[in-house]
Amino acid sequence: MSALRQAPAADGAAAPGASGIRIDTVTHAYRSPGRPPVIALDRISLDIGPTEFHALLGPSGCGKSTLLYLLGGFIPVQEGAITTPKGRVTAPGPERSIVFQNFALFPWKTVRENVLYGLRKSGVGREESEARARDFIALVHLTGFEDAYPSQLSGGMQQRAAIARTLAVDPKILLMDEPFGALDAQTRRVMQEELRAIWQRSPKTVVFVTHDVQEAVFLADRISIMSSRPGRIQHILDVPLPKERGEDTLESREFIQLSEHIWRLVREQAVAATRGRL
Amino acid sequence: MSAAGAQGRAAPAVPGSPRLFGILDAALRYSPLLVLVAIWEGLGLSGLVSRQMLPDLGTILSEFWRMLVGGDLLYNTARSLSRSFSGLALAILVGLAAGLAMATARPARLLINPVVQIFYPMPKSALIPVVMIWLGLGDASKVLLIFLGCLLPVVVGAYNGARGVNPFLIWSARSLGAGRFEVLREVIVPAAMPEILNGCRTALAFSFILMVSSEFLIASDGVGYMISSLGDGGIYPAMFAVIFFVAAIGFAADRIYTAIMRRQLRWRNA
Ligand SMILES: Nc1ncnc2c1ncn2[C@@H]1O[C@H](COP(=O)(O)OP(=O)(O)OP(=O)(O)O)[C@@H](O)[C@H]1O
Ligand SMILES: [Mg+2]
Repeated sequence: MSALRQAPAADGAAAPGASGIRIDTVTHAYRSPGRPPVIALDRISLDIGPTEFHALLGPSGCGKSTLLYLLGGFIPVQEGAITTPKGRVTAPGPERSIVFQNFALFPWKTVRENVLYGLRKSGVGREESEARARDFIALVHLTGFEDAYPSQLSGGMQQRAAIARTLAVDPKILLMDEPFGALDAQTRRVMQEELRAIWQRSPKTVVFVTHDVQEAVFLADRISIMSSRPGRIQHILDVPLPKERGEDTLESREFIQLSEHIWRLVREQAVAATRGRL
Repeated sequence: MSAAGAQGRAAPAVPGSPRLFGILDAALRYSPLLVLVAIWEGLGLSGLVSRQMLPDLGTILSEFWRMLVGGDLLYNTARSLSRSFSGLALAILVGLAAGLAMATARPARLLINPVVQIFYPMPKSALIPVVMIWLGLGDASKVLLIFLGCLLPVVVGAYNGARGVNPFLIWSARSLGAGRFEVLREVIVPAAMPEILNGCRTALAFSFILMVSSEFLIASDGVGYMISSLGDGGIYPAMFAVIFFVAAIGFAADRIYTAIMRRQLRWRNA
């Protein structure tokens, strides 16, 4: 784990003004022939700071993944604009790495080869790559499974391998689509703390999609609550918790109160979404 | 390999020696062939079919041995295999390029797809006379014929495989820093590998079929030529010996190929 621990320490304070990602009135519709278009995102605007940990919270189908794909440059921006310090987002790039909801590990590569892939691409030398791969595989508790193929792993293990592959390249902008969705409660808690720690050691923009209110509050500096059909941002909330977070954070009054407040807001959206569908 | 879990799942526990078990298993699997042998011998002995047409297997074996020792058989087999492998190798090279181009570039798809669709159901042996007129009686005509026959299964395999690639894998690679060509080489080709290898397996079988049938008509050596000239001469035991030998080679080639294929694709059902 040495390489991780040696990373420069810094506080994750969002520098005001400078933007990590600027999302400017982005609308996205899925069109398929013979069917009315699905408005997945409706005029989304959001500024995310260069070292901000931002959580996207919302009911299933509200367009969270779609927004992440747009940020990644995987699908073209139809209306509006997304800009990062490197300019307009028009294509994928290594400064914006993603953990997909469905993992998307290369099935013909072992866990180690998967993690090495991005490292080698980013020009890290062979030995350094091997060391970093080892560290990140250890970080996600997959030591002993380096030579296993994804088909030999459980869903939760595959998800952790995908997290290691993405974290290992230390991108400027980290996109995560329910990255802990397949994990059990304990592993999930450990991973949350690790992720928060990594982000504090190596500050970056994180856009983190989740259904889990407590996870969002524990991890994020700010939380966007979305509504579905059409996907909109209904609320943006600050999380006024201390930068250092751990077990005791979860028991603090602020944490519990904020979680309950957000729960109510999310519930409203979920209820509205169900009504809309009936 | 320190992954206890990975290995534990990969190898099912088989009691006794796995090798012995494998041999017994294979012996059992191919035992129905014995029934064919019995029918062959039975028909011959019953007198329903003349022994001329169905020579007894002992005679066939001794003819086989005679041709093997005489060098005839091996020489002609080598000639035939060099033709079929040249044609096959060429078809795999060109077929892969065409299939991948079709899958990744729209103009290539528009250009090649209609050609593939028209030529796919056409029996390639129908081209034998044309190819003979074009290229004469030398090796080139047979290699071209085998090439044409093997091409489409490879094209179709590469095309279907490459089109069916999970887009998330391509996106992953792109967001980890891969360029477009690297995506092709490092994601699309490996992801399409199961279908590519299946296409090549079909092509391998076609290469044998076309090798023999083209040598029937246009050749002065090769196993196909041997079969037709022995048949014309009424030397049936020797003819059957060559036929069975060709069948055995085809079978062996397919077995070796599937073993390689399983190894290549061990990530799938590891
Ligand atoms: N390829 C597609 N074609 C058509 N419609 C799509 C497509 N992908 C998503 N949609 C629609 O767009 C909307 C948003 O989908 P998206 O996957 O972004 O939601 P999500 O918030 O990530 O949901 P979940 O939490 O279930 O993952 C949904 O209504 C979905 O039906
Ligand atoms: Mg989603």
